[in-house]
Amino acid sequence: MKRKVLSALLSVAMVATMLVGCGSSSEPAAAPAEEAAPAEEAAPAEEAAPAEEAAPAEAADGDLIVVGYAQVGAESDWRTANTESFKSTFTEENGYQLIFDDAQQKQENQIKAIRSFIQQEVDYIVVAPVVETGWETVLEEAKEAGIPVILSDRMMDVSDDSLYTCWVGGNFVKEGQDAAKWLADKLEADGRGDEEINIVTLQGTIGASAQVGRTEGFAEGMQDNWNMLAMQTGEFTQSKGQEVMESFLKQYDDIDVVVCENDNMAFGAIDAIKAAGKTCGPEGDIIIISFDAVSAAFDSMIAGDMNASFECNPLHGPRVAEIIQKLEAGESVDKVQYVDEAYFDTTMDLKAIQAERLY
Amino acid sequence: MNKLKKITSYRLFLPLVCLAFVLLLNVIKTPSFFQISVNNGVLYGYVIDVINRASELVILAVGMTLVVAASGGTDISVGAVSALSGAVCCCVLSGGEQSTNEYHAPYILGVLVAVLVGLVCGAWNGFLVAKMRIQPMVATLILFTAGRGIAQLITDGQMIYVRVEHFKQLGAFIKGIPLPTPVFVAVIVVILTTLLLKKTALGLYIETVGINAKAARLVGLNSVMIQFLTYAFCGLCSGIAGLIITSRVYSIDANNAGLNMELDAILAVALGGNSLGGGKFSLLGSVIGAYTIQALTTTLYAMSVPADQIPVYKAIVVVIIVSLQSPELMRMWKNFKNRIGAGKKVA
Repeated sequence: MKRKVLSALLSVAMVATMLVGCGSSSEPAAAPAEEAAPAEEAAPAEEAAPAEEAAPAEAADGDLIVVGYAQVGAESDWRTANTESFKSTFTEENGYQLIFDDAQQKQENQIKAIRSFIQQEVDYIVVAPVVETGWETVLEEAKEAGIPVILSDRMMDVSDDSLYTCWVGGNFVKEGQDAAKWLADKLEADGRGDEEINIVTLQGTIGASAQVGRTEGFAEGMQDNWNMLAMQTGEFTQSKGQEVMESFLKQYDDIDVVVCENDNMAFGAIDAIKAAGKTCGPEGDIIIISFDAVSAAFDSMIAGDMNASFECNPLHGPRVAEIIQKLEAGESVDKVQYVDEAYFDTTMDLKAIQAERLY
Repeated sequence: MNKLKKITSYRLFLPLVCLAFVLLLNVIKTPSFFQISVNNGVLYGYVIDVINRASELVILAVGMTLVVAASGGTDISVGAVSALSGAVCCCVLSGGEQSTNEYHAPYILGVLVAVLVGLVCGAWNGFLVAKMRIQPMVATLILFTAGRGIAQLITDGQMIYVRVEHFKQLGAFIKGIPLPTPVFVAVIVVILTTLLLKKTALGLYIETVGINAKAARLVGLNSVMIQFLTYAFCGLCSGIAGLIITSRVYSIDANNAGLNMELDAILAVALGGNSLGGGKFSLLGSVIGAYTIQALTTTLYAMSVPADQIPVYKAIVVVIIVSLQSPELMRMWKNFKNRIGAGKKVA
């Protein structure tokens, strides 16, 4: 479209030159446009040129930084917020062209997407890997093509970490540690600090960084009088979380704490707990700790079902853009880049916080 | 001895043995598996979980059985079609909003549309297989890939929530009834299908077409029509299953709803002692197969098997079950026994 307008304007300019500057017909071909420009107010050449010098990204079509993003899929609200963050950061106004690919939770789709990014000769590839392993081959291909790869959210487990430029995401281990610390403080405050506490964990998809990190972080923060009864994967989905929680409730009579490695599984777990005739939340018997802190989790905390949710900030877009600008300027970047994260529990003014949040 | 032979030659004997085998694991490892109590006015226990959670699979397996019987092929699009039906249903009921607390359209309309979408998808598969003579797996591969894509388009890649108590009833409990609703839906689907097959000649027709479509045509059966109908019916079943899946979590997640269920449905048909080559079939066998699969999943949860090992155990049990039913293995066993017997005689 742009090219068409450009060529139309150019031809108008050429005709104008012919009419105005007949005398200078012996000059090289490029000159007429220059001359015509002041005559034609709308002629793009003059206007575009200074802008090009000021911000290289904002120039014509070819100068946009092309970024390919291989997203996992729309698995949860968190993921949606993450996608939105990229889509709103990498806009043409900001000087980027974003090629977005939804892998529908399949690694083979992501590998296919990365290969197609390489073929399209994008400038940067951003990947939120579905799983940690099995990426060597396709990353080698990207490396050979000279395209920097930035990982978002989840880590890749590759033998040679020069295969990717850097990783951007939340510190899952720290989230897990924070959750354990929060629980210790909460129990202390409730006067249950020395009681025996039974905990079950609904894990995420086994092997995903969020699952590995959160499980590890929480395990590090386990106290001596805490008892981890069972861990089982709910595959980050509400329905599996519900099914697994149903099973936990039958196996163990006295569950004090449920740790859910994402909010969606927590919603399933809460449904299962209620269906079994037990209570949860700040007023109930079972403490629900969750991760991600999506908008629906705030609703759940306000409704008194969930105790706390540990944020995993999905707004990676601006951070990735920052890194790309650094790389464009020829600077080197740190291999691991954390985004800032917080947690929320029912003692806070959740409604006010929720209103301010973008997701 | 004669009686024993009669029992073992009964068609459903092996599938039932397999189900018993899985349940036996529980008798040994987790005896509490069979406890059923009344909790909150509803029945509560692992066994209830099994029959509840297996409902979608049972419904899909019913449709799949007929498809397998009539065409000797499988419909691998059932999971995706379920997701698509669920997506359409949620979209209609939520009026296109991402989360809603009230219906924007009558509930019955959502249900009808979902079932209709399933039926249309099934009819499309049926058209490709029966009329265009495309291999079933290839024909249904189209919706297998495209189904979720279309569902994503409809939902705009978002999860759509319908937070209405009434909407949850199909996937949970109706007040005053102690069993989960999906159980009833599954039972009704099985009974209606059985009646349809047994009270009319349809069951016989399907088997005939499955054994030899050409011969069936020569004796005056419309083979194309019958194959088409089985696929359409399978789509209908997917639509119903999609409704239950959606209702359980009062939302649609186009990526994960019914994920990999086509494989479980095919496995259920195989575990039920049905030949995947078509022809004679046993609907009840597939239903037992479906319950077996869910019993296995729930058993592994109950036995606290770590998540990363679950697929391994599942594979081992499936290998055992499938080989138990293999006629080749039976023959080998018989030969082995004969040889030993002969060896003894010589000695």
